[in-house]
Order: sequence, then C-alpha cells, then structure tokens
Amino acid sequence: MDDFASLITGFQVALSWQNVGFMAIGVVLGIIVGVLPGLGGPNGVAILLPLTFGMDPTSAIILLSSIYWGALFGGAITSILFNIPGEAWSVATTFDGYPMAVQGKAAEALTAAFTASFIGALAGVVLITFVAPLVAEFALRFGPAEFFAVFLLTFCSFIGMGRENRAKILASLCIGFLLAAVGLDSISGDLRMTFGSTELMRGFDFLIVVIGLFGVSEILLTVEEGLVFKGKQARIDLMVVLRTWAGLPRYWLTLARSCLVGMWMGVTPGGAIAASFMGYGLAKRFSKRGKNFGKGEIEGVLAPETAAHAAGTSALLPMLALGIPGSATAAVLLGGLLVWGLQPGPMLFVEQKDFVWGLIASMYLGNLAGLIIVLATVPLFAAIMRIPFSYVAPVILIVCAIGAYTISNSIFDIWLMLIFGVVGYVFKKLDFPLAPLVLALVLGDRAEDAFRQALLGSAGSLNVFYANGLVTTLVVLALMLLCWGPVSDLIGAVRNRGRASKAAEAAE
Amino acid sequence: MKQHWLAACAALVAGAGPALAWEPTKAIEIVVPFAAGGASDQMARTMQGIIQKHNLTSQPIIVVNKPAAGGAEGMLDIQKSSGDPHKLITTSSGVFMTPMATKLPLNWTDYTPVAMMAQDSFVLWVNAKSPYQKVSDFMEAAKKAAPPLKVGGTSSKREDNLIVFAMEKVGGVKLAFIPHNSGGQTTTQLAGNHIEASTNNPAEDVANWRGGATRPLCVFSDQQMTYKEPVADGKSWADIPTCPSQGLNVTYQMLRGMFMPGKVTKDQQAFYVDMFKKISQTPEWKEYLARSALVPDYRDGEAFVAFLKEDEAKHEKLMSEAGFMAK
Amino acid sequence: MSNPAETEPEPGLSRRPVEIVTALILIGLAGLVLWDSYGRGAGWDNGPENGFFPARVGWLFLAASLFILVQSFRSENKIFVTWEQLKQVTRVLGPLVLFVALIQPLGLYVASAAFILVFMGVVGTSRWWSILLTAILVPIVCFWVFELQFRVPLPKGPLEAALGY
Repeated sequence: MDDFASLITGFQVALSWQNVGFMAIGVVLGIIVGVLPGLGGPNGVAILLPLTFGMDPTSAIILLSSIYWGALFGGAITSILFNIPGEAWSVATTFDGYPMAVQGKAAEALTAAFTASFIGALAGVVLITFVAPLVAEFALRFGPAEFFAVFLLTFCSFIGMGRENRAKILASLCIGFLLAAVGLDSISGDLRMTFGSTELMRGFDFLIVVIGLFGVSEILLTVEEGLVFKGKQARIDLMVVLRTWAGLPRYWLTLARSCLVGMWMGVTPGGAIAASFMGYGLAKRFSKRGKNFGKGEIEGVLAPETAAHAAGTSALLPMLALGIPGSATAAVLLGGLLVWGLQPGPMLFVEQKDFVWGLIASMYLGNLAGLIIVLATVPLFAAIMRIPFSYVAPVILIVCAIGAYTISNSIFDIWLMLIFGVVGYVFKKLDFPLAPLVLALVLGDRAEDAFRQALLGSAGSLNVFYANGLVTTLVVLALMLLCWGPVSDLIGAVRNRGRASKAAEAAE
Repeated sequence: MKQHWLAACAALVAGAGPALAWEPTKAIEIVVPFAAGGASDQMARTMQGIIQKHNLTSQPIIVVNKPAAGGAEGMLDIQKSSGDPHKLITTSSGVFMTPMATKLPLNWTDYTPVAMMAQDSFVLWVNAKSPYQKVSDFMEAAKKAAPPLKVGGTSSKREDNLIVFAMEKVGGVKLAFIPHNSGGQTTTQLAGNHIEASTNNPAEDVANWRGGATRPLCVFSDQQMTYKEPVADGKSWADIPTCPSQGLNVTYQMLRGMFMPGKVTKDQQAFYVDMFKKISQTPEWKEYLARSALVPDYRDGEAFVAFLKEDEAKHEKLMSEAGFMAK
Repeated sequence: MSNPAETEPEPGLSRRPVEIVTALILIGLAGLVLWDSYGRGAGWDNGPENGFFPARVGWLFLAASLFILVQSFRSENKIFVTWEQLKQVTRVLGPLVLFVALIQPLGLYVASAAFILVFMGVVGTSRWWSILLTAILVPIVCFWVFELQFRVPLPKGPLEAALGY
C-alpha cells in the first residue's frame, strides 16, 4: 500500500502545530464568510488566496481548504436560523431546518446539520483516498445524454410525491424553468425573454430569488403574528449536542443512503445541488416519517446536508484528477493550484504525489477541526434567536439586501429580491410549494443544455436517451421514481375510493 | 524567492519611467467576463499573483467573475462604471463578437484600451484513441459520416463556432458543432469520447494531452507555435503542424488584452499601461505564457488600437459570412 | 403556519380574490412567454430551437394557471389575511421599500441607518437611544466588515464620498 504510506506522511505534515493553527484560523474565517451574505465560499477563498502566496504550498492549501470547510458549515447556519440559504445546496436544508428552529429546536437542527455535513464530507474524502483514479475514469462516461438523465433523475426523485395541490406544483415548477431560461441561451447564443432589458439579460440569479422567496417572505409572515421572533425558547447548552448525537444512530439508513447519493452525484458531475435535493427527496419517500417532512423533522435536515457534502467533497476528485472544477469554490482552489505551478489533471497524482496526499490528509483533519469548532459555537448561534425581533429583523433585511446586491453589483437585484419576497409571501399563503420552483430554477437550464447538446450530436434523434446501458438505466430509474407517487396514490385510492377522492377534492 | 526578487527589481528598472502622476487609492477589481477556472480567469489570477508578488501596486487586487450572457454581464458592468479607475476587464475577441451576436448596446470604443498581453491559438484536438492521425483522416471521415461528426467548443456563435463553420466551408463537409459552457467541459467530453473533435485553446487541453486522453492534429495558424519544451509523448507545442500545411486552410487567433472603463484620465491609463508592461516582463508571466502556449504579443497605445480596429473588421466579415450577426 | 387558530372569524381580505388575481397574473406571464418564444422560433430544426423549451413549458404553465383559476372559484372562501395582520405586514414592508428606494441616491449605509430608524420607530418597542445606537452601529459594522475587511464594494452615496471613500 504505497498510497497509504503517502497518506500517513501527509498526516504528519498536516499535524504540525503551525498547520493545526492555520486549520483553526481557516475554519473560523470560513464560517464568517459562509454566514455573511454575498461572500460565500468562492469569494472567501478568492479574497484570501493572495495571502497564501507567501506560504509554503502545503500550509497554504491547508488554510484554504479549511476556509472551504468552514464556509460549507457556515452555509447551514443561516438556512436554519433565518430560512435564508447561503448556497444552492443549502436550500433543501431549510425545508426542515427552519421549522425546527421555529419550534425552538435550533440547537438540535444545527447540531444535526453540522454532524451530517461532517459524515457526508468524510464519506467523500474516504472515496477520494481509496478509489480516486478508478472513479475519475467513470466520470468520463458522462456525455450530454447521461447528464440529462441525471438531472431527470433528480427532478423525478423530488417531484411526483408532493402532497400539495398538483396544479400548483406544476405551476411552481414551470415558473422555475421559465426563470432559468431568461437570459442568454448558451446553445444558440441568442438572448431570450429579456424583452430588451439589459438587467434581465443576466437572467435570474438563483440566490436573489431564494433570498426573496425564503428570507424576506419569512419575515413578512412572522410579523403577521406580531412583531416577535418564533422559537424564542431555544435551549442553548452544549448538552443538546450530545442528546442529538445520541439520537442519530436511528437514522443510519438515511445517512448511508445520502452518502451514497452524494458520492455518486459528486463524481458523476451532477453536483452538490442535485445531490441535496435528491437526498431529501429519497429520504422523504422512503422514511417511515416521510409524511412529517417539511414540518421540522430532523431526518429532513440530515438527508440533504449529508448528500450535499458527500457530493461537494467528491467533486474535488474530478478537479484533482481531471482538472474540471465541480463547484465555484473548487474552481477558485483550482486557480490557486495553478498559481503555485501545479497543473491539475491526470498527471497531478503521478507528478505531485506529496502535495495530493498532503491535501487529502488536510481534508480529514480540516473537516474534523471544523466540526469541533462549529459545534462549540452552536449555543452562540442559537442564542441569536433570543435577541428581540425589532433588532434582528432590520439587520436580517439589510444583510439580505447586501447579499442580493453583491451577486452582480446591481441595485436592480435588490428590487428583484423585494418583489420575490412579496411573491413568496403570497405563494406561501396560497399553498404554492416553493421547493419545485427553486429546483427547476437551479437545474432547469443545465438540464435543457444537456438535452439539446445530446440532440445536436444525434442530429435530432431521440434514441440517444437509450443508446447505452448507463443512460438507459438512469432514465428508467427516473421514470420509476416519477411514477412511484401517483401509482402508490392510485393503489391507495382504489382501496378506499370514496373517502380518498372526496378528501382530495376538499384539499383542492 | 531570492530569484524572484531580483527579477522583480529588474522588471521595475526596465519599466521605470518618470514618476507616476496617479496611484490607485483602493482595491482594484479585475472583471473576468467568463466563469472561474476558464482561460481568461486563469490569466486574471496569474496577473493577480504577479502584481502582489512584485508589489506593482500597494492596493489589493480582486478578481470578479461575471460570466452571464456570454460575457456581456462583465462588459455591461464596465460600461456602467465609466470613469472608475479601479476597474479592469480581461478581454478576448468576445469584445467584438458578443455585441455582434446579441445586438447589445456595447462597443469597445466606449472603453479605454490598456494593453494587449498575448494572442491565443486554437488547435484541432481529437481523442487519443481515435483513428485520426492526420487532419486529412478526420476530414475524410467527416465527409462520409452520418449523422455528422461532433465538434465541441465553447459557446455558440463565438470563436470556436466560427472555426468549425470555416472548416465546413473550406473542407466541403457537414459537422455538428456542440457548444459547451467552458473549455474544461469540452475537453472532458472529448476525453470521454462523446465528441469526435474540439477546437480548444492549448491551455484548455494541455492537461488531457499530457494525461494521454487527447491528441492535437493541427494549429489554426500560419505559423507553428514556438514552445519547444516537450509536453507529452516527447512532443512539444512547436511540433504541431499548422492546419494550412495539412490542407485545411483555416486560420484564427484570438487577442487577450486588458481594458478599463471609459472616461478615465490619461494618468490613470498610463499607470495601468505601465503596470501591465511590467507584468509582461516578469519571469512568472513568461512561464505562464509557455504553460498556456500563448503567442507573446504585447501591445499598448496606438499599436493596440490599430490592432483592435483591424481585428474588429475581420470579425465583422467572418460573423456575417457565418450568419451569426443578430438580426 | 399561515393562519393562526382563530376562535372567531376576524375581518380581513378574503382568499378568493387573491387566488383569482394570482391566477390571472400567472396566465398573463404564460402568454408573455408564449409570445416571446414563438417570436423567436419554437420549432424543431435539427433539434429543438431556442424557444422550444420555454414554449412547451409555457403551454404547461398556461394549463396549470387556468386550472388554478377554475379551482379558485370552487374553493372554500377563507380569510387570506386579516386587516390586523395586513397592517403589521405593511409596517415592515413600507420601511423596506423606502430602504431599497434610498439605496440608489444615498448609498447602502445611510439607507440602512434610515431603515433601522424608521423600522424600529414604527415598531416602537425599543427606547429612542437604543434605536439611535443600532442605527449608527449596524452600518458602521457593515462598512468595516464589507468595505474594509473583505473589500466588497457596496453602493455608496454622497456621505461616503465626502468622507473620501
């Protein structure tokens, strides 16, 4: 086991007290960057990258990857406390994380999210450690048809099981797709649905829509019931952490499933966003308590967080092995590698062995350091819920505006955020589900691009979608998941026809 | 480290002119109108590293990616920032092509040209396991293929698409151009054999060439590249034949340069011209050029503007021939 | 979470008109999408054209919106929001709109200060000095974090210009 010896050496390097110090600094900086809007992981790493040019490459990569871990952990904090996901893959965390916080279980939700991130990331690192070159090869088998099939699978695993009004699910999904289509169509190179506006040309950035739909609208809903914060009664001692941990083994199946989904989606470049939605969707379908998802179920926090981080970490694998960044943050790290004269790609594992194993060792340690630090801060963050509403609300709204502005330095985007805030308020009150909208917005144009690339290559023939075993399996799996909901509904309906149909009528 | 300092001093001496009348007073933003990780982004981040390492300004440098709408987002941002001397934008031929393809109210003459740093070549790549050893093999196969052979590139109606269009015209063949979001995605698709060829820049494909996944057939230029360091299989960039010499008479090169927003003062422009001149003389920059196989071609002032005018006319012709102009 | 358990129906805006207006807006948007997509070509020319997907999605969207419109006439007419609740929402939304409108002329920091003053004043649960302190401290902390530490430029107005930023 030559590689294993290299890994041990990597650990020895990473464990010098100086590097451990860098790790701690990195994680703390990362959390700050992750919590603050408009900074986020990629920006944080980019801003701090130049500081590391004077350091030796190993320390530098330890510092940077710790920032990366910190930012990943930090993203969950705002999702849970304020319903404002900082990154696309935190969206699914809000579905159950925020309701938990409202019920006064913010500390439990945070602990669950952090622990799940850790488990997911650990699974990803283990994958990188042991099967890196093998798995990297697999990623190459994904052409446009396979990409489309992966996105289809994500949609199908998430849709088709909604309890909401079906027409409203469909409308919400359509809005997401249409918002995603605004701007430049990358296949034809033409603008569409911009109606001559240069502001619309950029398209609708997912973060602006989400800050409005989730964050701003939540504040509006909250004030309806008086100007106080929900979830004031959060317990905020460290014992909560231990109690939450004690409950976790019960969810081993969900955790394992999410790890697998995440690793798979990370390596096949489906990405962390698709993974988080899929992890949530599958958990909701297969969990015994699936019916309670969305109302503050701890499993609904564990599933997407684990999947997202398993995927995010595994996505570093294609970056190192193939030189394709799996996420924006990875892209910036890639830039860092280039500055140090390291060329990512198939040769990195051969030519820069020490560096690669040092990086992998630092992933294990940085992740662990991150977990310890964020868990220690759980009471601190949960305590935010106790600050009076009249102080916190304006600050949250200002911070939302800053977040919306910094995405592309445009005041128009702050207006958009406000409009989506009102839209979100009305939609929530009219029982339009928002999750399908966000899913379609995030993945819609990528799915469309892949579909059209596939058809361009096949000269318009649809048989590319069952041309080989891989793509056929994916498509069949997707259709099975799609039909699962309606079919099981149908079986249920046949069983007690009269009552069920009447109930459905009334619900509509 | 010591060598770098010496080199920095040398660069400073070489580029030292009269005392500068203007100095930046806050962070300088380099807008990259492409996604993080792409060739323009790599160039910007390399410059960022060089500027900081050699202390070319006391202010920090921030690289900002504004890739939406084929780079138009970044260009609009610079247009809006008229008069702001703390912004720079990296440009490629997109500076002409984006307005032509989209009819957006953008024009490079509204910006202040600073310097042209290099020209980028385009290379015809195929999968290493494919049977095409020569350009003629590929073009012969393309004549017979049904459905047409797939050639990948970045973005629609941009550089790569123009080259593929020219290949179709010159070779009398039909090809299917598949647009991707980045050169990185294109090379991965080629390595996975999902497309038959690509027209990537050297830097975008070098990793896969070295990894034995892809193989260059010819460079779309009248002259071979000059870098003689072996890259893969004992072959260097200079060993790649030119496309015209292989019977495929298509040539195309792309400028890589820096612009500022319009309406800045002469002193402000002079500061950056001076800074980029110094950058172009550093060993790190030369190393970057060699690594990315860029054609060194530094120009500023009138020489740059003259080049831009000529290049714009050329693109207008190419784009109208290909029918890529927005109606 | 939308409606509190009501013991007796409070007066308010009823749900049906809101449903109908929403559905009509959605139908209008669907029409806009279809008009734009067919204008650019929504057919199949060796693979889907640029407007193909938006047009198909647009038709689905139109169908769903029409169905929602029909449903809204059949559904039970509950209270959408009571006047009391609406008043509370306006007390937040009003200052918020003012805040966003002020960002352009005054810059984000001054607008934030104004927003905090108005918001906390309207809510009226805090003492005047704590309102004032918050209004001054929050923008300053934001400025320190974003402008000085992370060098993220935010919109600035005449005050910042006068101070030399």
